[in-house]
Amino acid sequence: MNPVNEPRLHAVKPVPMELDVARVRADFPILRQLVRGKPLVYLDNAATTQKPVAVIEALNHYYRLDNANIHRGVHTLSERATAAYEGARATVRRFINARATEEIVFVRGATEAINLVAQTWGRANVKAGDEILLSEMEHHSNIVPWQMLCQQVGATLKVIPINDAGELQLDRIEALLTARTRLVGITHCSNALGTINPVREIIEQAHAAGAAVLVDGAQAVAHLPVDVQALDCDFYVFSGHKLYGPTGTGLLYGKESLLEAMPPWHGGGEMIKYVTFEKTIYNDLPAKFEAGTPHIAGGIGLGAAIDYVTQIGLEAIGAHERDLLTYATQRAAEIPELRVIGTARAKSGILSFALGRIHPHDIGTMLDHQGIAIRTGHHCAMPVMQHYGVPATARASFALYNTRADVDALMVGIRKVIEAFR
Amino acid sequence: MDGLRDLYQEVIFDHNRTPRNFHKLPGANRQAEGFNPLCGDQLSVYLKISDQDVIEDVSFEGRGCAISTASASIMTETLRGKTVQQAGTLFENFHRLVTGQGVDAAAPAADLGKLHVLTGVRDYPARVKCATLAWHTLQAALKNAATTVSTE
Repeated sequence: MNPVNEPRLHAVKPVPMELDVARVRADFPILRQLVRGKPLVYLDNAATTQKPVAVIEALNHYYRLDNANIHRGVHTLSERATAAYEGARATVRRFINARATEEIVFVRGATEAINLVAQTWGRANVKAGDEILLSEMEHHSNIVPWQMLCQQVGATLKVIPINDAGELQLDRIEALLTARTRLVGITHCSNALGTINPVREIIEQAHAAGAAVLVDGAQAVAHLPVDVQALDCDFYVFSGHKLYGPTGTGLLYGKESLLEAMPPWHGGGEMIKYVTFEKTIYNDLPAKFEAGTPHIAGGIGLGAAIDYVTQIGLEAIGAHERDLLTYATQRAAEIPELRVIGTARAKSGILSFALGRIHPHDIGTMLDHQGIAIRTGHHCAMPVMQHYGVPATARASFALYNTRADVDALMVGIRKVIEAFR
Repeated sequence: MDGLRDLYQEVIFDHNRTPRNFHKLPGANRQAEGFNPLCGDQLSVYLKISDQDVIEDVSFEGRGCAISTASASIMTETLRGKTVQQAGTLFENFHRLVTGQGVDAAAPAADLGKLHVLTGVRDYPARVKCATLAWHTLQAALKNAATTVSTE
């Protein structure tokens, strides 16, 4: 077994074990390549993370040996596929410490999960004149589904503003929560700014006002431990592909009582118990929300990805990424033209920045030319860009396989960009 | 940065630093706004077209990357005095240039002139929309489309 497993075997886990980056990097075959003749420096992890061999092999194994439809065949392959898929569901449950696997609904990603909640729970619980409270730093995927719901039912969107550091103005929440607030939609961690929000406190406040809370964990689950029972959130969503898992996978966690009361979303096979042309009896949780043949291989791959990060330990991953962010922030401060966008006290490994009048797309192309992959654009968070008065930013985002050498390469690259524009 | 100079030629930096015809156009009789949702770039193109369909004057405003700003700036220089029909042919040819399809040298008014400095865009498919934003906006202005055009 891999020695990094060992700390997990002890009942009491003291200090997080330091992450062996060289060893981790060996698990990611994609990192061993040249891009435009230079060694790849992959710093676009907030967009999607690379996949370890364990995940690639899980998909490979499934398609080579176990491929069959689940939950219906009585043959051996179907039983194997079902066991693997349901095993992955149990893995996800443990990962976020949900109470029961009935609360674990597999979806295509965080976006689908939010749309599902908006169109089922939302249509049933949000009426004309009601309010949905979001934050200014939400990703479009946690804005647009609510906007659509509001238009459908005649409800209103309200927004918790951010300050110039990119932190929520927490003192504004109390006044924004009213008797009409049905739901608070809040990101655990901002994809454009890196801000980690005090979601537990916000959930407490929202509950006190009688509102349900959906937490968008797309940018959180790969970087910090999440315990949905400790948070007491009503819904928690994330995407598998930002957690070293396959694209097209994701999770909707919902409290069982809420999921139970919600109408189904997509109709079809799998989500039914009994169908006649007159009436259909819907299936139990979580199948009620999983119409059609799911992304079986993807779900299994997501389970493998969670096993992978769990073995290394999210505390160790978080500590490693914090070190990279601190180092990158210090190095960035040495470049006078560089302005960091998002300087919250609590931040994940995201460095969003602007270089004076140099457009982020030019930065992105010029860095790509040096083998460095970053994201440039509005990061699907146009309201954040509007807050800072920029059309776009450049964003470097770190993962467990990044090194200080990657940060050094980025800083050299940025200096070359500035030089080219002089 | 070796190789990158094929994309970012000095002429592009020059037009990015000091874009030509970068202002509103008094007496313009055509106008359109262009928007690239990918990067948030926005620009307006203003035209003064004569009764004989000649582009008497053209200008632009807005903000964008070096590629889109330089492309817009060079476009305004190239178009002055051309007929509306010639402008259409130029756009077709320019589009072929930046998408690597090769220009049609036999086409009337095919001479792209200074626009050739944008040839390097063909090696960066994600940037083609930057180079063509001004031209798409121009087309909307020629049709006098009131709505904002989008590259998406």
